[in-house]
Amino acid sequence: EDEDLSDSEDSVYSGLEDSGSDSEDDEDEEEALDAAADDDEEEEKEEQAQRVEFTCQLTADWLRLFSVFSCRMSPDIRNTVGNIPMEWYRDFPHIGYDLDGKKIYKPIRNKDELDDFLDKMENPDYWRTVHDKQTGSDIILSDDQVELVNRLQRGQFGDVNFNEYQPSVEFFSKDVMIHPVTNRPADKRSFIPSLIEKEKVSKLVHAIKMGWIKPRRVEDDSRGRYYDLWSTEDSSILAKHKMHLPAPKIPLPGHQESYNPPPEYLFTDEERALWEQQDPSDRKLPFVPVRFSSLRQVPAFPRFIHERFERCLDLYLCPRQRKMRVNVNPEDLIPKLPKPKDLQPFPTTQSLVYQGHSGLVRSISVSPSGQWLASGSDDGSVRFWEVRSSRCMKTVQVGGAVKSVAWNPNPSVCLLAVALDSVVLLLSPSLADRQVVSASERLLSGQDEVEPAEGAGPVTWGEAEGEELNQGIRLRIQHPKAVHQVVWHTKGDYLASVMPDHSSHLQVFIHQVSRRRSQNPFRRNKGLVQCVSFHPVRPYFFVATQRSVRIYNLVKQEMTKKLQANSKWISSMAVHPGGDHVICGSYDCRLSWFDLDLSTKPYKMLRHHKKAVRGVAYHRVYPLFASASDDGSVIICHGTVYNDLLQNPLIVPVKVLRGHVITHDLGVLDVTFHPTQPWIFSSGADATIRLFT
Amino acid sequence: MGGLQKKKFERGSATNYITRNKARKKLQLSLPDFRRLCILKGIYPHEPKHKKKVNKGSTAPRTFYLVKDIRFLLHEPIVGKFRDYKVFVRKLKKAYGKTEWSAVERLRENKPTYKLDHIIKERYPSFIDALRDIDDALCMCFLFSTFARTGKCHVQTIQLCRRLTVEWMNYVIAARALRKVFISIKGIYYQAEVMGQPITWLVPYQFSHDHPTDVDYRVMATFTELYTTLLGFINFRLYHSLNLLYPPKAIVVTVLHLMFSFNAFLQEDMEKMEAREKEQKQQEAQKKLFEGLKFFLNREVPRESLAFVIRCFGGEVSWDKSVCIGSTYEVTDETITHQIVDRPNIDQQYINRYYIQPQWVYDCVNAKIILPVEDYFLGVTLPPHLSPFVEEKEGDYVPPEKMKIMALQRGEKPANEEEEEGEEEEEEGEDEEEEEDDDNDDDEEDDEEEEAEEKNLKKMEEQRSQGKSLQVKVTPGKVKVENPARLEQEEKAEEKRLAIMMMKKKEKYLYDKIMFGKKRKTREANKLAAKRKAYDDAEKAKKKKARK
Repeated sequence: EDEDLSDSEDSVYSGLEDSGSDSEDDEDEEEALDAAADDDEEEEKEEQAQRVEFTCQLTADWLRLFSVFSCRMSPDIRNTVGNIPMEWYRDFPHIGYDLDGKKIYKPIRNKDELDDFLDKMENPDYWRTVHDKQTGSDIILSDDQVELVNRLQRGQFGDVNFNEYQPSVEFFSKDVMIHPVTNRPADKRSFIPSLIEKEKVSKLVHAIKMGWIKPRRVEDDSRGRYYDLWSTEDSSILAKHKMHLPAPKIPLPGHQESYNPPPEYLFTDEERALWEQQDPSDRKLPFVPVRFSSLRQVPAFPRFIHERFERCLDLYLCPRQRKMRVNVNPEDLIPKLPKPKDLQPFPTTQSLVYQGHSGLVRSISVSPSGQWLASGSDDGSVRFWEVRSSRCMKTVQVGGAVKSVAWNPNPSVCLLAVALDSVVLLLSPSLADRQVVSASERLLSGQDEVEPAEGAGPVTWGEAEGEELNQGIRLRIQHPKAVHQVVWHTKGDYLASVMPDHSSHLQVFIHQVSRRRSQNPFRRNKGLVQCVSFHPVRPYFFVATQRSVRIYNLVKQEMTKKLQANSKWISSMAVHPGGDHVICGSYDCRLSWFDLDLSTKPYKMLRHHKKAVRGVAYHRVYPLFASASDDGSVIICHGTVYNDLLQNPLIVPVKVLRGHVITHDLGVLDVTFHPTQPWIFSSGADATIRLFT
Repeated sequence: MGGLQKKKFERGSATNYITRNKARKKLQLSLPDFRRLCILKGIYPHEPKHKKKVNKGSTAPRTFYLVKDIRFLLHEPIVGKFRDYKVFVRKLKKAYGKTEWSAVERLRENKPTYKLDHIIKERYPSFIDALRDIDDALCMCFLFSTFARTGKCHVQTIQLCRRLTVEWMNYVIAARALRKVFISIKGIYYQAEVMGQPITWLVPYQFSHDHPTDVDYRVMATFTELYTTLLGFINFRLYHSLNLLYPPKAIVVTVLHLMFSFNAFLQEDMEKMEAREKEQKQQEAQKKLFEGLKFFLNREVPRESLAFVIRCFGGEVSWDKSVCIGSTYEVTDETITHQIVDRPNIDQQYINRYYIQPQWVYDCVNAKIILPVEDYFLGVTLPPHLSPFVEEKEGDYVPPEKMKIMALQRGEKPANEEEEEGEEEEEEGEDEEEEEDDDNDDDEEDDEEEEAEEKNLKKMEEQRSQGKSLQVKVTPGKVKVENPARLEQEEKAEEKRLAIMMMKKKEKYLYDKIMFGKKRKTREANKLAAKRKAYDDAEKAKKKKARK
């Protein structure tokens, strides 16, 4: 029977593939199937006879059979090429070799898709036709074979008659059989406890002890359950958070962000172009305002998530800092000064214009009586004006651009010093009482005899003659270089002249008119001298170089002080009539006020002018000082000086006077106060002199 | 010679700061964990005053944290949880690799979790602190609640956010706390006043999100984790302040059908509430703005937002049954006073109700009065929607629509308004310009007078020099009319100018800066006004053309 079975086994399942190719084979197969069926019948009988072992074996056989079937591992008896991909023979006329080594030729057929389709439509057996790759032929399955395939597909046994639910035989039951299956005595290990188990258990116990294995956790639903967190407000935690800065809130949206903003907030074309050009960080608005006519047309904002994300980044990545925002009222910043009204008198309006010069008026000077005004201009004339009437009383042609004029401050004489080119002229304009005129004549001519003693010095004194004499010129003091400035001493006997020069120590001369003597007080060159001035009371002499003012004691012949004006280039200087204060104007628009008692640094720097300061002046009586600048303005300041050393001077600007026209970038060139009245004269590049009262 | 040598960077600011990497190493955390910890604990970097000193002489760009902050983080129990989680992930991976499913299961069950309650309490020691900082939390939760289940974050998070936001809106309705609403192009801004704190949040429009790729959702999720906890506790406290139960049962059951729950839930508690509230809220008429009005929402309007706003101000609202559950009455209801429609026209119209566009509701809320409905009818060009958050100071530009609303608030009649306002505006514009010019004027006028005099003089002189025969003419002088007020003003202006001259350099700089800012502001305002004027003119011209 066993042999029979094995036979049937082969045939059963090779038949599936081969049927139809060989009629003989078919028959064989059928026989085999029959045989198998026979076998089954026999088996059933045997089962009934309770032949246990046999059934087992049979089942095993069936299992083997099916496994073989499913794996398609069977050897083919006709084609000997073996289990290879059959497309290897695609280009050959044969399909393999039979048992005798002869080629098996492919059946001649040339079916194309259409034939296939027609076959599918027309052939009633198409569904049971299987193409055998190994022989290249079509096989039509028989009914039995189809049935077998169906059963196998359904997962049933191939054999129809096989009962899979047959009662099983209990080999090992609780019943003690008379004939036991085995008669072996029980093992020793069944009596003693297992070491391996013990090891395992002890491992678990250890793990539990160590806390590695935890009991199944009770589902903790406290997460996401809320309660009154702030029921007790703890002040101790509050104290910890003093340094914590809460994040600033997002600024609230303005009208621009509206879906329907007012039309003025929409971008014009230029604004839009600008917005697109700008770097995203420079843009004022991070979006373009758009207008939608109704709410349903508003789309989603594409950068919404971005913006939230950026906010998140800001919250945890941005350093926070407490910024002290200055929230000041700008009015509070303006210093509280006494009202100009309370500081009167001071010049407020332009009242007279002195016209007549044709060149810019470099220098003006007022007679000590306050009645006459002398002016020197680039047109080579010196004019004398009556202050009150603005009439030009006298014109003296001196033949050269006048750099500086200075009226002798001594009221008992009437003399004017004029500097032009390298000459200093002394004029006696004879515009005063006869007494005064004669006094001045006397002063000039009195020491005639002494004069010739020094003729060899760098300075020569000479008398004016002829026409000049008629004009009023009395003395010519010839200097080696161009003279820029002349200054009188208060007493009116001494006269200082300045010849700025880098390389020489001959920059300043002090002349004594009564004795017609000149001397150079300095042995060394200490820098380009800009201007000089006498102390009004004491024997001091101020020399302003480019950056500093030196004060010399003329009696002791030494330098007492050096004032540092914090400016680039000093242009002018004036000494307070008290003598303790000095103001310096500079070409870098500043005016520095020095308090000689305080320090060598300026007590105050005033940056009132927009352009270079050309002239500064103190009033002799009133607490006023003025500065003239190239921006065409004269600024009058109130500067009270207290006798009390502890109190610092009070400086208040009280008036800005304008009037001069700026010509060739030059505005006001010189400024002087009236000796007794609160009036001020200014001379400008527009060839006029103006009086402000 | 004696004594220890002083080493650099061992004292002073160098010891007060720590770089991010060092801090990370000190805490033994990976960068993402460190980031998460910083977010949760609210630790932010600090900018040292002298970066080079702190950076030990190097100028490389680094992020600095305060050493104290990092020390504070060292004691945080959550750090331990982070490490546990790391270990957990490692174990889980190992178990997966070994295909030990029982171990995987066991590990899963013991997945370490952490709670943020103590952190919330620590960061916000008092309730008001927490309320002050709730803006961002609300924005984030509203955003997350609109996310779809796309895997960008956990579904539970989305649902929790939704629940919390709905609860929040519910509270706002119950407390009638809403103050301002603004429809912007980004979304809808709401501002509520809770316990005296203005709280603003932004809700995106109801569209599915186009998730950007350059956004780190882990960071956002961490924030959301913190914010949901915060919002939950705040909601709890707020609900209890109104004697409401938290969590509200009706809402929890049907989170998804928001408005239904509102109806169901509100009717229970509002009755109790109202009796108490009435006393307090009689002063504030705004809270009852829509009381007695019955709204019906068409299907195309943003239902949730409108229903929220209308209910916040005491109105009744319903919608079509097919849109969402929770509708209380039908379109056919005769008592409906307003139907909100957002389409050009509607077929079937009832006579006894207004058909208005949704902007009306929002504008009414912002204006705090019931605005006339004529401007908001169907198919009408809507008046501009203005931001209620802008508070114009003196000198700022005020759009004419705002003036109109302000006039309405004052109780003036809207008739003749346009003309008046136009005039007013013009006047204002002039005033501003005048003010600006004032300073210059003063100087110029003086100059002008002088110049005129001078010209006269010059003429005379020329004549004198040319003809010699001077035509002497005596003309009657004009009496100079001096306006004392004007004079005084001028005097004051001059005084000011002189005083400005005397300013110290530092103060002058500051003053100039302030004045520059002011001038820029006025310039901008003028620009807006000019634009508006040009637009209005263009409109008028168009109208005229159309008439012809």
